[in-house]
Amino acid sequence: MVEPRLTRVLLRLGSAFTLGFLYLPLLVIGLYAFNGQVVQRWPIEEWSTRWFRVAFENDGVRTALKNSVVVGLAATAIALVLGTLASMAIARYRFFGREVVTFAVILPIALPGIITGLALQATIKDVLGPWGVTFGLGTIVVGHATFAVVVVYNNVLARLRRTAGSLDEASADLGADSWQTFRYVMFPQLRTALLAGGLLAFALSFDEIIVTIFTSGAQQTLPIWMYSTLFRPTELPIVNVVALFVILVSIVPVYIAQRLAGSGGITPTRTKQAATDV
Amino acid sequence: MTSVSIGETPPRQGAGRRLSTFLYRHPRVRLWALLGLPFLWLGLVYIGSLLVLLLSAFWTTDSFTSELIHEFTLDNFRRIIETPVYRDVAVRTISMAAAVTVACAVLAFPLAYYMARITSARTRNLLVVAVLMPLWASYLVKAYAWQVILSGQGVINWFLEPLGLTFDGRSNVGLWLVFTYLWLPYMVLPIYAGLERIPSSLLEASADLGGRSLRTFLRVTLPLVFPAVVAGSIFTFSLTLGDYIAPTLIASDQFIGTVIYREYGTALPIAAAYAMVPIAVIVGYLLVARKLKAFESL
Repeated sequence: MVEPRLTRVLLRLGSAFTLGFLYLPLLVIGLYAFNGQVVQRWPIEEWSTRWFRVAFENDGVRTALKNSVVVGLAATAIALVLGTLASMAIARYRFFGREVVTFAVILPIALPGIITGLALQATIKDVLGPWGVTFGLGTIVVGHATFAVVVVYNNVLARLRRTAGSLDEASADLGADSWQTFRYVMFPQLRTALLAGGLLAFALSFDEIIVTIFTSGAQQTLPIWMYSTLFRPTELPIVNVVALFVILVSIVPVYIAQRLAGSGGITPTRTKQAATDV
Repeated sequence: MTSVSIGETPPRQGAGRRLSTFLYRHPRVRLWALLGLPFLWLGLVYIGSLLVLLLSAFWTTDSFTSELIHEFTLDNFRRIIETPVYRDVAVRTISMAAAVTVACAVLAFPLAYYMARITSARTRNLLVVAVLMPLWASYLVKAYAWQVILSGQGVINWFLEPLGLTFDGRSNVGLWLVFTYLWLPYMVLPIYAGLERIPSSLLEASADLGGRSLRTFLRVTLPLVFPAVVAGSIFTFSLTLGDYIAPTLIASDQFIGTVIYREYGTALPIAAAYAMVPIAVIVGYLLVARKLKAFESL
């Protein structure tokens, strides 16, 4: 250990401060969900769980939650297909324009959401509008799928790099067709990576607001419902409950995904060996 | 492999088999079968949309009906360059992005260093998850939480009240705090990864050669980890430039995002032209970052 004792103590203090900074706001908003009063004053004087029932029975919340789940599932499904295909091409082939594909996959999250949102909106309104395309859940799914591809792509690509292409060839040598090779050889290795990527894609979609505002038309997802309700002070207690719910829904998949991505698919040591042999 | 006994059954002679053979003999077709859908989606839907946006920046709107007029003009860009408000807003947003980046780097460094070099492997994995979870927690909830915390009756002012102080949460300082909070995990993770890649032997060699810890840090650690800091700053910088929700909730001044959001409904060409400002800044930033070898740290 090169670092002297004082440095280590200071680093520990600095880390504790940064971690506290990261978690205290989440804790505070979690506590506000149990605030019995409508006024958002600190310290909380009256504790109650009554807003949970009110939020649960709120029609706006229910519709928005349903929309969010539908959009999240649809966007995740598209992202899984596109992300897996793209990562297989990048991992197993060398071709002209490979860099362009990598770049195009990453671009939707590298550019600010407002640009993606504005671009999609302009296209849907001016180019596709005359063809009868209208804003709705479908257009939200298109927007979400576009930037969710990258998380599936990253997860699957990382896994494919750790597995050997020779396994696919061995499968073909043994007489399996392309589908059988995918189903019985590749899929078992990719399963946890796909699950992790899918969970993250869903979490990403479930939270998204900036692109959603530009592509939603009259439909509300949960973040849009929250954002429009923030400006109505009497309904803030319901927002607090929804906020707590949203934090939990987005944090739990990340925790699971992290564990899945960490522990390898099949026999990690052997495949890693194979990968280094190639 | 598992339960399939492929070896015992003779190969099927159906269409699937013929297709497999065809694909095996034609790697290029195989590649395009894989790339076709992603290419169509990202190329047509996404890149296509960006091009539509770029084109709209050269159009204009009818001043009565707000309908788009598809006539090529550079007026939108001229207006953005010549109107002081647009310039001020751009400068304010870019300064904010720079201030946020610095604050994130300062806050992220001790934690990243602690994770990479001080603690045990077990704690390290826990800390990685601990940094990842707030990153994924809803962006809107986090911005709203800060609105509540910074408000007149919120936690901060409750804390400051006994000291006879008040903090105006609806200010650019408040927004700076909120942005720093929002993007901090994006900075911690690349710096952590960068520090972890530095071999301990290098630091020990520096110590053996008489480098005191500060000198080792400044002359060995910092230069090696700098690309990782730049990699993190890509996120903190670009995310700040385009945001409009946090500025709407927290600050009263205008930022690039809020201006685009305000304009797009009635004057899409102006909004589109103004959107080229953050795109240009970010592309420039990415080019500099690539020169500094930051992409290898992403």
